[in-house]
Amino acid sequence: MLRHYVKTAFKVFARRKFFTFVSLFGISFTLVVLMVATAMLDHTFAPHAPEVHQDRTVGLFHAQMIGPHNRWSSEPGYRLLDRHLRDLPGAERTSIYSDARTVYSYPGGTRVKSSLKRTDAEFWRILRFEFLEGGPFGDQEVQDARFVAVINAATRERFFGGESAVGRTIEVDAQRFRVVGVVSDVPALRRVPFADVWVPLTTAKTDAYKSEIMGGFYGIVLAKDRAEIPALKAEFRSRVRTVELPDARRYEKLVAPLETPFETVARLFLGDRGEEEARPERLIALLAGVALLFMLLPTINLVNLNVSRIMERASEIGVRKAFGASSRTLVGQFVVENVLLTLIGGAIGLGLSVFVLQALGASGVVQYARFGLNLRIFAWALATALFFGVFSGVYPAWRMSRLHPVDALRGASR
Amino acid sequence: MIRLSDIEKVYRTEKIETVALANVNLDVAAGEFVSIMGPSGCGKSTLLHVMGLLDAPTRGTVALDGRVVDSFDDRRLAPLRNKEIGFIFQTFHLIPDLSVVDNVEIPLLYRRMSNAERRQLALTALNRVGLASRVHHFPGQLSGGQQQRVAIARAIVGRPRLLLADEPTGNLDSQMGDEIMAILRELNEQEKTTIVMVTHDPRLAEETDRTVRLFDGRQVN
Repeated sequence: MLRHYVKTAFKVFARRKFFTFVSLFGISFTLVVLMVATAMLDHTFAPHAPEVHQDRTVGLFHAQMIGPHNRWSSEPGYRLLDRHLRDLPGAERTSIYSDARTVYSYPGGTRVKSSLKRTDAEFWRILRFEFLEGGPFGDQEVQDARFVAVINAATRERFFGGESAVGRTIEVDAQRFRVVGVVSDVPALRRVPFADVWVPLTTAKTDAYKSEIMGGFYGIVLAKDRAEIPALKAEFRSRVRTVELPDARRYEKLVAPLETPFETVARLFLGDRGEEEARPERLIALLAGVALLFMLLPTINLVNLNVSRIMERASEIGVRKAFGASSRTLVGQFVVENVLLTLIGGAIGLGLSVFVLQALGASGVVQYARFGLNLRIFAWALATALFFGVFSGVYPAWRMSRLHPVDALRGASR
Repeated sequence: MIRLSDIEKVYRTEKIETVALANVNLDVAAGEFVSIMGPSGCGKSTLLHVMGLLDAPTRGTVALDGRVVDSFDDRRLAPLRNKEIGFIFQTFHLIPDLSVVDNVEIPLLYRRMSNAERRQLALTALNRVGLASRVHHFPGQLSGGQQQRVAIARAIVGRPRLLLADEPTGNLDSQMGDEIMAILRELNEQEKTTIVMVTHDPRLAEETDRTVRLFDGRQVN
C-alpha cells in the first residue's frame, strides 16, 4: 500500500513540475530561514565548550539602580560582585571578570584590534577552554598581578604568524604581557568566555574599579548542583537588598538578578529590566510565535495549492472510491503524499542550511563563529517539515475525500 | 443478487428539482446478464450508480444478497464496493500516472494481501483480457479498446460477483466494441459473473438475457 502511495506521489510530483517546484521552494526556503535562526540561537545559548557546565552556571550580567526619577542600567561593578557574590551557599566556584574591551596593538607597525578581558583564576576552572599550548594563569599570578596572558589562536596568528607563542610577549592596551597559554577561538556570540586576550584582573591600570557598584564587570557562579540554583539566587537577592547604594538621594533600589545569559537577554530584550525575576518564557513564546507565523505562510500556500489540485485528481478519487477506498483511506493517501513532499523539501532545506551556515561562518559577520547543524537542530528541522506535511495535507485531503464518488467521476465537485 | 425497490432519485438545487429516477423496481438474479437501455438523460447511469452503491437513492431500498444497505455509511459501503462490485466506465477512468498493472491492482490495494500476491492476481486478470504483453505500458500508450480491456481487468481482478458496465463500448468502434462484448459474455458464461450493462446499442442489448428500458427516469417495459 505504502509503496503504491509513494509511487503515485512521485508520478504526481513529476507530472506537476511547477506545483512541485513552488511547494518545494516554499518549504525549503522557510526551513532554511528557520534553521539558520535556530542554529544561531543554538550557537549563542546552547551548552557548547568552553561553557560545559552551563546547566549549573548562573551569572550576574546586568544591574539596575532605580530611583523615583532616575534609572541606571549597566553591567555590575566589581565591588558589588566582590562583596556579595562570593561564598554563596551551594556555590562550588565563583568567578569575576571584566567586560571585553576593544584594545589596539601595533606588532611590526600594523594595527591589530583585539578584545581584552581581565579575569581571575577561577574563570579558567568554571569554563573549560581548549588549550592549544601552555595553560591558564593561576591564583598566585592573579594575586601578584603578574603580567601574563592567555591568547586565542587568532591572536597567535596575528602576533606570531601562527608560531608557538608561549613564553613570548605581546603588547596590548599599552601593557606588555608574557603569553602563558593559547586557546582555541571562542565565537563572539558566547558573551561569557569570549575574548582574544585574557589577563589577570589585578593588572588593571588603576584600582578605581574596586570601589564601583556599577559598571564594567560580570560574575558567574558554578553551583554544586543544578538543584541549588534557586536557593543560590534567593540568597543573592537578599544580599542585594543590603547593598549600600552610592547615591541614596537619587536611587532607592538595586535590581541585580543572578540568571542565565538567556534570561538576561530576555530581560533586556523585552524591557522588564527593573523586575526581580526574569521571564525567559516570554521571549521563548515570542520566538515560537514568530517561527509559527513564519511557517504558517507557506503552509497556507500549500493548503491552497493542494485544494486546487482536487479537481485535477477528481477522476482518480472517484475511481478509488468506486473500487473500495473509504474516505479515511484516501485521507491517509493524500497525507502520505504531502508528508513525502515536505520531507523532500525538508531535506533540500537542510542541505541549503548547511551551505548558508558555512557561508555565514566564513563571512566573518560574527567573529570566530562556527555555525553548524547538530542533532538538536536536525530534530527541529524534521519536526518542522512534519508540521508542514501534516497541517497542509490534512485539510485538503479531507476535502478531497469528501468528494461524492459520482461527482468525482464526472470531474466536478458538488 | 441485487434488488432495487421503489427507487426514487431526485437532484435538488436551490432553484430546481430534477427527478432522475422514479418508482424503479429491479431484481437482478445471480448469473444474469442484464442490459439497461434508454435515451440520453433518462437515468441509466444514475441507476447504475445506485446499484453500485456509489449514490444513495432519495427514497426506496437497495438490497445486496438480501442485505439492505440503505443505512450503511462510507466505512461500511467501501468494503462492499471493494469485494462485491466491479465497475467499467465508458471513459475507462484509468489513472494516467500509473502503469497498466498498477491500475489493475487498485481494487486489491484496499484488501489485506502481500504485494506479490496482488501483482500475481493483476497479471492473471490482464492475461484474461489478452493484455499480458502490455503490463508496463501507461494508459496513454494504448488504444481505446486496449484501455477498456485494462479497465475490465481492473473490474474483475478482485473477482466481484457483480459487474456494472456503463456504456463500455460507447467510445469504441464496432470491432473493438464486439471484442469487449465477447469478453463480458465470456465472464458471464464461464465465471457466472452477474453483469448489468448500460448501452445505447440495441444490437448489444439483444445479446443479453434481459433488457430493462428507462424513459424519463421510469421503467417502461
